[in-house]
Amino acid sequence: MSLEYTNDRSFHEQIIEEVLAAYPEKARKRRSKHLNVVSEGDSDCGVKSNIKSMPGVMTVRGCAYAGSKGVVWGPVKDVVHISHGPVGCGQYSWAQRRNYYVGETGIDTFGTMQVTSDFQERDIVFGGDKKLRQLIDEIEMLFPLAKGISVQSECPVGLIGDDIEAVAKEKAKDLGKPVIPVRCEGFRGVSQSLGHHIANDTIRDWVFGREKPSDLEDPTAGFEPSPYDVVVVGDYNIGGDCWASRKLLEEIGLRVIAQWTGDTSLAELERAPKAKLNLIHCYRSMNYISRHMEEKYGTPWFEFNFFGPSRIEKSLRAIAEYFDDTIKENVEKVIAKYRPMADAVIDKYRPRLEGKKVMLYVGGLRPRHMVNAYEDLGMEIVGAGYEFAHKDDYQRTTSYVKDGTLIFDDITGYEMEKFIERIRPDLVGSGIKEKYPIQKMGVPFRQVHSWDYSGPYHAYDGFAVFARDMDMAINNPVWGKFKAPWAEA
Amino acid sequence: MPQSAEAIKDHVSLFREPEYKEMLREKRINFECPHPEETVREISAWTKTEDYREKNFSRKSLVINPAKSCQPLGAVFCGAGFDGALSFVHGSQGCVAYYRSHLSRHFKEPTSAVSSSMTEDAAVFGGLNNMIDGLANAYALYEPKMIAVSTTCMAEVIGDDLHAFIANAKDKGSVPKEFDVPFAHTPAFQGSHINGYDNMLLGILTHFWQNMERNPGGSINIIPGFDGFCVGNIRELKRVLDLMEVEYTIVCDPSDVFDTPSDGTFRMYDGGTTIYDSKAALNAKATLSMQEYCTKKTLAFAKEKHQETASLHYPIGVEATDEFLMTVSELTGKSIPDALVRERGRLVDALADSMSIAHGKTFAVFGDPDFVYGMCRFLMEMGAEPRHALATNGTKPWAKKMKALLESSPYGQDCEVWPGCDLWHLRSLLNTAPVDFQIGSSYGKYLERDTGTPLIRLAFPIFDRHHHHRFPTWGYQGGLQVLVRILDKILDRLDDDTNEAGVTDISFDLTR
Ligand code: SF4
Ligand code: SF4
Repeated sequence: MSLEYTNDRSFHEQIIEEVLAAYPEKARKRRSKHLNVVSEGDSDCGVKSNIKSMPGVMTVRGCAYAGSKGVVWGPVKDVVHISHGPVGCGQYSWAQRRNYYVGETGIDTFGTMQVTSDFQERDIVFGGDKKLRQLIDEIEMLFPLAKGISVQSECPVGLIGDDIEAVAKEKAKDLGKPVIPVRCEGFRGVSQSLGHHIANDTIRDWVFGREKPSDLEDPTAGFEPSPYDVVVVGDYNIGGDCWASRKLLEEIGLRVIAQWTGDTSLAELERAPKAKLNLIHCYRSMNYISRHMEEKYGTPWFEFNFFGPSRIEKSLRAIAEYFDDTIKENVEKVIAKYRPMADAVIDKYRPRLEGKKVMLYVGGLRPRHMVNAYEDLGMEIVGAGYEFAHKDDYQRTTSYVKDGTLIFDDITGYEMEKFIERIRPDLVGSGIKEKYPIQKMGVPFRQVHSWDYSGPYHAYDGFAVFARDMDMAINNPVWGKFKAPWAEA
Repeated sequence: MPQSAEAIKDHVSLFREPEYKEMLREKRINFECPHPEETVREISAWTKTEDYREKNFSRKSLVINPAKSCQPLGAVFCGAGFDGALSFVHGSQGCVAYYRSHLSRHFKEPTSAVSSSMTEDAAVFGGLNNMIDGLANAYALYEPKMIAVSTTCMAEVIGDDLHAFIANAKDKGSVPKEFDVPFAHTPAFQGSHINGYDNMLLGILTHFWQNMERNPGGSINIIPGFDGFCVGNIRELKRVLDLMEVEYTIVCDPSDVFDTPSDGTFRMYDGGTTIYDSKAALNAKATLSMQEYCTKKTLAFAKEKHQETASLHYPIGVEATDEFLMTVSELTGKSIPDALVRERGRLVDALADSMSIAHGKTFAVFGDPDFVYGMCRFLMEMGAEPRHALATNGTKPWAKKMKALLESSPYGQDCEVWPGCDLWHLRSLLNTAPVDFQIGSSYGKYLERDTGTPLIRLAFPIFDRHHHHRFPTWGYQGGLQVLVRILDKILDRLDDDTNEAGVTDISFDLTR
């Protein structure tokens, strides 16, 4: 189902001029490169990306630590992740991402725990390596079933000259378990994005590249490969997303040997190179390791999209092209099986959502990936932007958005407020920091990092939940109550 | 097919459908290389033993599930308490994203703060340029009345000098010379958010008071401290002080900015202590802190300025409110009006009506040091027994004070005080020395799951229940709120324990 519409180019150009006028000159010059109106047929959205945020403008972005601990490593459930440094970073990111997993927390899984070295002044002055050694021993004492330990560096670690790699090597030998040092200090890079990359590299170097102590068996031993083995890469199982996707992939006859990373075990990281195909959902955060697996193990990778039935069908058919006729036939059967349910969802909600305008501002993937899911429900995308996308993300975006769409890279709080005030979209999808200011303006809002405590949104099972939630947000009775009846219209 | 358009199932029920349960079971067996179920059960049971407790308490370096956060969070909270003030945190930007999220998740409200977005080059050369550009941008875009500067640990480790940087930025014209830019160094590797609050408040008052002559008057300053219930509590404070006809200034009042109406306008700033009042606060006769451990340095500064000072520990309940009112009365010479005496009587009445319900029930209390003190004190008033009092950011002197409080009542005799411990310690305590209920923040929900101890949410942060912070916990009215929350939990539990038809329902009483 493709929806035909265009957005109001000259109006969008005008509001870009309006917001830029508020900046001091130096800042105006820099910000003007991050805002644009996209034209049909462009090869790129025409904005600069992945460069430093300006001080003082209220960027939405986080840091490399958030990209590593929060995104890539955090969901590896049977590994204990140390937030190495002062208490704050680990505290604020504790159990906030909703990457669901199965396991007994504190016994064989450790996802919703905040494990930290809680740096004190003396650790800054004398270095934290000694403390790190000791606390790794303490983890081993209290959590003997942990399959490994990762060290997620916070800002001070890289500034005081600690050698966490040396500690990691030494302790890995001692414990006979992988200890993974991750240099994701918050000051590195310009956003979460470098944290994803660094975390990807540590999987390459410290998981794939691990020297196996002689007394340890090969983790991939006893693994029987099959011709249908795939890995789902870059699905963080927010609200159970990856489970919904997994079910669908299994139904078409594939064997999902690993989920990266959501409800992930260390074994799933270790065995991934045995797959026949890597299926990548969040390209931004995990393209690095997919490219590496392609180079090193010859595993091809394919970017798929399980948001909304039209993309799901397209993706399933494209995935089938990598396999034999059995899979191709299965795909058609599965599509036929689910189409009535998807149609019933659309029939139910489309009349209530038709023509509603949506603005999306999220990380590095969803502002494009979700477009067709909205369009399946008859909704239109007026504006889209990313917190930490790179050029290749903006290139990929042009094929999703329509002519005249407003594009904003690393938006500031000021710009967001003004754009929304002028456009008055029917729905904004962004994060927790944006939610309440926008709702106060009387504009319906959904968090699109955490699914606003809902989900799953992936695959057919998730699409139904997605449609229900969008209707709930947009057509909520509360929006009619903002003005007192006696107030002038 | 588990999903349907008619009855849409989300994560709560979807994954309990047989197809998903089977899928997850297969995933586990075939791909996760799990430990044998037997082993998991064994270890799980072991974590509940005395042996594990001993090991757990032997750790020297490892911190697990602490109930505290870092200084700049407190600084940002403090900044929110001033009229038109924008918090500007100098250092890495990720931290600021975290403070904003954290406060918004608790209050369900916007939280505004900017960062100087320092990156690797600033780590080498210092963050002066970030300060210069950052102040200019923040000033132009967000039109604040003042900018309150604090620091993340990055700026602290490299040793940026805020005083010099701000002066430099002013020279460069980032903000007008006379524009107020108070500041505080808030290193995350010292103390916790309550110290960040203290440091920022001290920075703000120092900025306003340093070149002023004090001209003592009759007004008093009240500092509420870092408080997740600030919205309800500060409003209650004002109501009570107005009833007493006291002349006062709430120094740091975020009660409006964390409770703005939904009427079509986003208010980035709302209410808060004005610059005028902040300056005039120097002339106060006295400064009263509602939370001593949040205001140690600020109170010392007030004293230095020749003000009388007094401090409380998060006053909840009859005695603590009595003490609050008497302190105010003493400092101002105003008497306590009948209306408050009647409110007092009503709280006492409620305690008398419900005396049997909480009596003898045992509790674990965790949170910030002042909260734990105030909460335990009220529990003992109800005839309930605190057994574990834990503050991750509690110090040894705090523990000593706690012990004195507990020893003052027969209901506190069996309570142990745990300064500097975290919620993994508490897990062992609840497993080996169980209690009936726990009082604390949302983090306690994991303890509820692991140890079966029902949680009453009365401390910051509360992420998974809505709107409690809009109601007071201070004053006699606040005491009533707290009492009802505790009674409801106890009685809901009692109903749950007695509702099996024909088995336990002999005690499923209609009237309790
Ligand atoms: S890096 Fe430091 S200041 Fe920032 S959140 Fe972490 S502990 Fe707090
Ligand atoms: S889906 Fe979005 S928020 Fe999640 S990792 Fe990818 S880019 Fe980041």
